[in-house]
Formats: sequence, C-alpha cells, structure tokens
Amino acid sequence: MTLSFTEPAPAPLLALEGVGKRFANTVTALDGLDMVVRQGEFLSLLGPSGCGKSTALRLIAGLADPTAGRIAWNAAEADRRSIGFVFQEPTLMPWASVFSNVFLPLRLAGTSRKAATPAIEEALEMVGLTAFRDAYPRELSGGMKMRVSIARALVTRPRLLLMDEPFAALDEITRFKLNNDLLEVWRRLGCTIVFVTHSVFESVFLSSRILVFRARPGRIAAELEIDPNQPRDEVFRTSPEYVGLCREASKALAHAMEAG
Amino acid sequence: MEHSPFRWLLPLAVLALALLGWDLIVTLNKLPPYILPSPALVLETLVKDHVVLLNSMLVTLRTTGIALLLAMLGGVALALVFATSRIIEFSLFPIAVILQVTPIIAIAPLMLIYLDTDTAVLFCAWIVAFFPVLANTALGLKSVDPNLRDLFRLSGASAWQTLVQLKLPTALPYFLGGLRIAGGLALIGAVVGEMAAGSAGQGSGLAFRIVESAYRLNIPRLFAALLLISFSGIVIYAALSLLSWLVLRRWHESELGGS
Ligand SMILES: Nc1ncnc2c1ncn2[C@@H]1O[C@H](COP(=O)(O)OP(=O)(O)O)[C@@H](O)[C@H]1O
Ligand SMILES: [Mg+2]
Repeated sequence: MTLSFTEPAPAPLLALEGVGKRFANTVTALDGLDMVVRQGEFLSLLGPSGCGKSTALRLIAGLADPTAGRIAWNAAEADRRSIGFVFQEPTLMPWASVFSNVFLPLRLAGTSRKAATPAIEEALEMVGLTAFRDAYPRELSGGMKMRVSIARALVTRPRLLLMDEPFAALDEITRFKLNNDLLEVWRRLGCTIVFVTHSVFESVFLSSRILVFRARPGRIAAELEIDPNQPRDEVFRTSPEYVGLCREASKALAHAMEAG
Repeated sequence: MEHSPFRWLLPLAVLALALLGWDLIVTLNKLPPYILPSPALVLETLVKDHVVLLNSMLVTLRTTGIALLLAMLGGVALALVFATSRIIEFSLFPIAVILQVTPIIAIAPLMLIYLDTDTAVLFCAWIVAFFPVLANTALGLKSVDPNLRDLFRLSGASAWQTLVQLKLPTALPYFLGGLRIAGGLALIGAVVGEMAAGSAGQGSGLAFRIVESAYRLNIPRLFAALLLISFSGIVIYAALSLLSWLVLRRWHESELGGS
C-alpha cells in the first residue's frame, strides 16, 4: 500500500547514528537508534509508551545528551538552535497572559515587547487565538491552551518543530481540528516537524513518513512512507487509502510490540 | 449556600448567642466583675481606656509588622540561597528546624537577658514568623514545572532570567501562603515576648496590659486588651489575605473562588 516516491527524497536535516541513552538507574531507553530527519518533512514517531520516543525527541532538542552514538546535523549552528518544542501538557506560565506566554522565547532571546509584537500576533493568528491575547491560561479550554503552546513554539519561526504527543490529552473533535490546523501551519511555514504519538490514525493522517518504535531497548522497527502530495482533508480521513495505511501501520505497531 | 445570606448571617447569629449566653451567666450568677465581667462592661472599659489600650495595640502591631517584614526579607533571602546551593541547605536547615520547634516562650527569657527589651520582643516575633516564610518559599522555588524549565533552557535563558521569570513567579503563591501563616505567628511571638518582658516590668504592648491588669485584678480591662489582640490578629490575617488575592486573583487556583 506504501506509495513510492517519484521525486528524490529531500536532503536530511539531521541524523541519529547508533544513538543510545542509558539513565543513571540503568534503564536503557534507546539502543542503537539510527534515524534520519529530512528537510521539510512531517515525520511521526509511533510506538507504545515507554519505548523511548520522548527520549529521542529530547536528544534531538539537545535537552539531554546521548550516552552512545551521535547526532549529526546537516545545518548551520544557528539552525540547530532554531527549534520549537511542544510538550504533551500545554506547559504555559499560569501567571502570564496568552500574549506574554507566546512572547516568552523572544523575550528570553532579548527581543523587546514592541519589536516582538508583530511575530506574536502572527503566531496567534496562525492558531486562531487573536481574540484571546489578553486571556490567562486558566480561562482557556484544553484545546486553546495547546494552541497557545503551539503559537509559542512557532513565534521564533523554528526550522524544526518537535512535538511530544501534543494532542494526547484532548478529545477527538478538538484533536481533529488541531490536526487540520497543524497541517495548515506546516504547509505555510515549510518547517520540519517531528511528531511523537501513540495514535496510528493520527500519525497516518498527519505524516509524510512514520517511524514505528519498538520497546526495550527502544529502536526503530518499521518505516512507512506516505505520499506528501496527498491532500489531507476529511475526504482522506474516510478514504480506502487512509484505512489501508492505518491497517499497515497498526500491523507494524503490533509486530513491534510483540518483538519488544 | 455559597452565596446565600446565611453564609454570614449564621456565624453572626452564633456569635450573638454566645455573647448573650455570656451575659446571662454573669447576671444570673451575680458574678462580680473581677471574676467575669459582662460583655457590656468589657465594651465600656474598652471605650473608657481607649487611649492607653489603642496605644498599646499600636506598639504590638508595630512589633508584629516589623518582625513580619524582617521575616519576609530574611526568609526569602535564605530560601534563595538554599535554592542555589544544596550544600548550604543541608547544613543550615537543621538549625532552622531547631529554632522552629523550640517553643518561643522557652527562648524568650534568654533573649531578654542578652538583648534590650524591645529588640528581644522583636526577636521573638521574628523568629516564629521566619520559618514558614523560609519553608514555603524554598518549597515554591523547587516546584518549578520541569517542562517549563526545559523550555527556558531551550530558549537559552540565563540563570538570572530563569530566576526572575520562572522560579520567583512559581514560588509566589507558596510565599504568600507562608506569609499568611507567618502573620498570625508573628503576633503570637510578639505577645509571648511582651509577656516575658512584661513580668519584668517593661514594655507597653497589649500583652503587657494583660499582665498588668491581671496583677491589679482589673479583669474588664484584661478582657478589653484580649479583645484587641484578637482584633489585631484578624486585621493582620485579612490584610495578608487581601494582598494574596490582589496578587494572585488572575491566575492562581487558590484565589479564583467558584467563579
Ligand atoms: N529521566 C529519566 N530517568 C530514568 N528513566 C527514564 C527517564 N526518562 C525516561 N526514562 C525511561 O526510559 C524509557 C523510555 O521513556 P520515554 O522516552 O519517556 O518513552 P515514551 O515517550 O516512548 O513513552 C522508559 O522506560 C522510562 O521509564
Ligand atoms: Mg513520552
């Protein structure tokens, strides 16, 4: 069912080469992980919980260092630091307004509020929260908080957007809506996205490529390519192609879990 | 129930009944004022002696206020030191705990030997108020959301930026909670210090008035002074609650009420 590429695969942005991560308590989260993140792709990391997806994402972000192997960047130093991170929880500062929360990365980089305002307003517009700029996180629904979190990650216009199960805690209707909006943002900004999820349906709907993880130790069990030119809309969500891809991904996931 | 007038009518009614019961006990048993004065007599004494009593209240409130301010500065400063150095925290925390668990009434006489009276009273009030501010602020500084900390790291935040924009705001509700406890304790500390000093014939705070009235069997005035101490405690608590509400009302669960 995998649709093959006619055009050549785009250049890699970064590669994990034989990456391993052991924690002090001797848990081996990752072992011998080889994976490439391609320029401009929407890559999903799919796997059961505890298989090291979050760890892989943190290693890419530079929030932790691998205990084995290396991460090779095919980008200038400045681009390596051009990373947006979205956590599973919205992780907003409760004491700050929506505007100030989105301002945070620019503020920490030394940008004045005035100079940052156009970028903040644009980020809020992209996630559809223009009207809520002065609201406080407490006053927002779960889905809106997650939108703020995404706007905050987008405000620096990162080359690479890392998302760790960002929609896992949301209800299905909200999740579908955010899926659509995220794809819209991805097309508009042309950034690279690495998206961690344990939902087969979500990964197939969103991604141009899926890496299926297996656990203990975490590494890649399977890879699925999906035609990036395939329009992702409600028609696709109910199409036989989509169902077929989901079945394939489910099978790969089930296989990976047996092996683990 | 939350918003019905019973919310404040019922406690008021209970209070009125208690006062009525008190008055009945006094009149039915024909108790003399030096054993138990009637509520009316206490009020009368309060009005009659208001100059001396209010002056005493100001003395006690000033001691409490200064002690609270010093406890706030010292507690936050030490909490910040603890947050930056685990070694200092390990080394100093036991001393803070020892100071906290030793009853202040037992320390007070010693302080009166080493320090002059006013300073000793202030010290008693300060030492009991210090610990809740320290403990709560230290806890708050440690309660930073790990994801937010990662986000600050990812954005290349300096240690100063992380402190001012992440750790201090996180610690704020904890600090204000500690301050509210410290307010009540500072008053108790001040009263204890004054009591200890008062029996040595010094001071002019409310607690001194109580000791003095007891010696002279002026029980109505003793009750009036007691009333003012309770009132001071309520005022301090209300002021600190108001401060907490003003600072936190937009964002913190504790101050959002049901709305
Ligand atoms: N900081 C840590 N210290 C110790 N063990 C950890 C830490 N982070 C993750 N682990 C362990 O590493 C494994 C992979 O975790 P994680 O990357 O969070 O998996 P996933 O995101 O796929 O659910 C788990 O067994 C987890 O318990
Ligand atoms: Mg995870």
